[in-house]
Amino acid sequence: MAKMTMVEAINMAHAWEMAHDPDVVVLGEDVGTNGGVFRATVGLQQRFGATRVQDTPLAEGLIAGAAIGLAAQGIKPVAEIQFMGFIYPAMDQIASHMARLRNRTRGRLTCPLVLRMPHGGGIHAPEHHSESLEALLCHHAGLRVVCPTSPLRAYGLLLASIRCPDPVIFLEPVRLYRFMKQEVEDNGEALPLEHCFVLREGADVTLVTWGATTVESLKAAEQAAAEGISCEVIDVASLAPIDHETILDSVVKTGRLLIVHEAARNCGVGAEIAATVAEQALYDLLTPVRRVTGYDTIMPFYRLEHDYIPSLARILDGIRAVMGD
Amino acid sequence: MDRSVDPEIAAHHKPGTSTTGDGAEDSAAVTGADGAAASAAASAAASAAAAIPAPAIPAPAMPAAGEARVVARFEIPYRACLDRDGRPLGPLPSFASDVELLRRMYRTMVRARTFDAKAVNLQRTGKLGTYPSCLGQEATHVGVGAAMHPEDVLFTVYREIGTKFWRGVELYSVLMYWGGDERGTIYTRNPQDFPFCVPIGSQLPQAAGAAFAMQIRAERRCTLAFVGDGGTSQGAFYEAINMAGAKALPLVCVIVNNRYAISVPVSQQTAARTLAQKAIAAGIPAVQIDGNDALIVRQVVGEALARARAGGGPTIIEALTYRLGDHTTSDDATRYRSREEVDDAWRAEPIARLRNFLTARGAWNDTEEEALKRACAEEIDAAVKQYLATPKQSTDSMFDYVLAELTPALRAQRDEARRYAQRS
Ligand SMILES: Cc1ncc(C[n+]2csc(CCOP(=O)(O)OP(=O)(O)O)c2C)c(N)n1
Ligand SMILES: [Mg+2]
Repeated sequence: MAKMTMVEAINMAHAWEMAHDPDVVVLGEDVGTNGGVFRATVGLQQRFGATRVQDTPLAEGLIAGAAIGLAAQGIKPVAEIQFMGFIYPAMDQIASHMARLRNRTRGRLTCPLVLRMPHGGGIHAPEHHSESLEALLCHHAGLRVVCPTSPLRAYGLLLASIRCPDPVIFLEPVRLYRFMKQEVEDNGEALPLEHCFVLREGADVTLVTWGATTVESLKAAEQAAAEGISCEVIDVASLAPIDHETILDSVVKTGRLLIVHEAARNCGVGAEIAATVAEQALYDLLTPVRRVTGYDTIMPFYRLEHDYIPSLARILDGIRAVMGD
Repeated sequence: MDRSVDPEIAAHHKPGTSTTGDGAEDSAAVTGADGAAASAAASAAASAAAAIPAPAIPAPAMPAAGEARVVARFEIPYRACLDRDGRPLGPLPSFASDVELLRRMYRTMVRARTFDAKAVNLQRTGKLGTYPSCLGQEATHVGVGAAMHPEDVLFTVYREIGTKFWRGVELYSVLMYWGGDERGTIYTRNPQDFPFCVPIGSQLPQAAGAAFAMQIRAERRCTLAFVGDGGTSQGAFYEAINMAGAKALPLVCVIVNNRYAISVPVSQQTAARTLAQKAIAAGIPAVQIDGNDALIVRQVVGEALARARAGGGPTIIEALTYRLGDHTTSDDATRYRSREEVDDAWRAEPIARLRNFLTARGAWNDTEEEALKRACAEEIDAAVKQYLATPKQSTDSMFDYVLAELTPALRAQRDEARRYAQRS
């Protein structure tokens, strides 16, 4: 079994599915000869040909819209938006059509497709290259939003996304592309969507997170353990629809909830999780729910990006706060 | 059925009068740099024009029944002043007698190129973020700057430092911008100019809006907007030029055709034989120029701005140039283009060309060249020192400009960020 980075696992999942399903087609800006600016699609054009791996003109609205048309014709597009900050021209296609084609045709037409994109900051990228916009997508019924945080989960969740009958927005935390290597077996096995992954079990605090902040959250849990606090760390992984059950079960067990995400706090996905817990497990809570998130500001240029992204120190303080300290 | 008229037949038109719809003609023709209009400038344009694909445009089918006639005919003129070696191709524009202007243009081009090389180095040594080199495009950038009036408003993409420098943006500001600091967008001169624009194509509707404001107030000012070849694929480009045409806005749009959008060559971006011809659909005069020839850039952009200022409406100018460097410092262009292609493009690069022209006219010499290089190096070193010595902003700066005033919730978050900044 080969040890690989997350971006390599993403590449491998593409290749597996293309080899096993002739309908899978890859499109986007610079995905062909160049293999994608993060090299997620490297080698696919050489291996599967220029028909199945195509560069598109530079237009995100086109990429999202064309993916809908392709999908409705039975092709399975796996399309790349080069950075999440460039999704805005595609939002009309995503919100007005992708999310609702099934519903407005009463199931006659559907668009199973995957729209992949780098998510979040932390790599000293230029302006507009570090956005965390998952809430924008989760707010639209009819979409699935998925965010892997390890090579293994990237492989399994991308396969699941390509095979899913619904349109899936697949968010790839840039900070994790080459963060660590893991052994990933190229066996074509998908992981379940709409399923949280418990990364660490614990008894005192439920720490719910996703994306790149899983890294600092796990570190914080480690350090909290040294202070005698036992944290259960949950990677939400599927942000829409959310597996609320796993989160609720954990909160019932621990009685404390800390939510950590890189995106801005206001109307973030964390608010939805907190509200669901308030609705369904309020009396199980021993202390108020807390959030450690990006601030309600514009994502700053890179010199301040680590003052924006939830830090280990802020998360640790969050843990202490829900412990009532 | 074959067309009845050779599509390559086109007269040489001056920009501003060249794009005409003619309701009574019996054929349509679009002539690019590879057509008759370019023949005079063939040598200068050879490498420039070669990369533009010329797919056969299918002849419209003439129906066997009913009426059929061509209702419009269009042409795209090509213009250049100097050949690759800096020799005049014909009579020079009148501003060419202003030697001081030409020397200033040359100095700014060299300044941009020297700064550019330094910026790439700074990135390589971890002192600057991702940086997009302007190498090879200096004539287009500086030529546009030289054509604009100070009171005009500039919308760039991210590569056009030559235009910014001409308009008084400091080297330090450009370093700050790519060094991840918002203060790099503070321009003390020409404060109405917009900052770099990273989301491709999105600057154009704003530029149309700025031009709209000038029109509403009946000002004799113009807006100039750059866009890349890749940028002309965005909906925002078409939306903006359509409005500019419909309302005859004082907008000049310069398409910088440097042959690539990252790895994607123009031939994969569009089947259009020229990018200038996209203007036709918007009802806007279009012209293609040699973008490595600073003289023609200054001249044609100047003509377009003058017409716009006089209420004559927008122009779209396609400047043919070549991105000699990688797309940015994160890119490796050897993955998608050949050494030969780049070598060939170097032979048409703009700085040697303008230097040859100036030298031949006795307006530049080696001593001046040496002095310029030294002056650039000193100025750049000073700017780099200032940049490297600038402490990062306080975390307050994240909050200070979100809204006109801090809300209570933002104030609380600002205080939290302060606490953590002090601790680290
Ligand atoms: C909306 C949007 N999509 C994608 C990108 C990523 N990107 C940055 S530059 C670029 C290519 C731009 O090509 P072109 O317009 O020809 O300008 P050039 O870089 O050649 O100057 C792309 C795709 C972006 N910045 N904005
Ligand atoms: Mg380009």
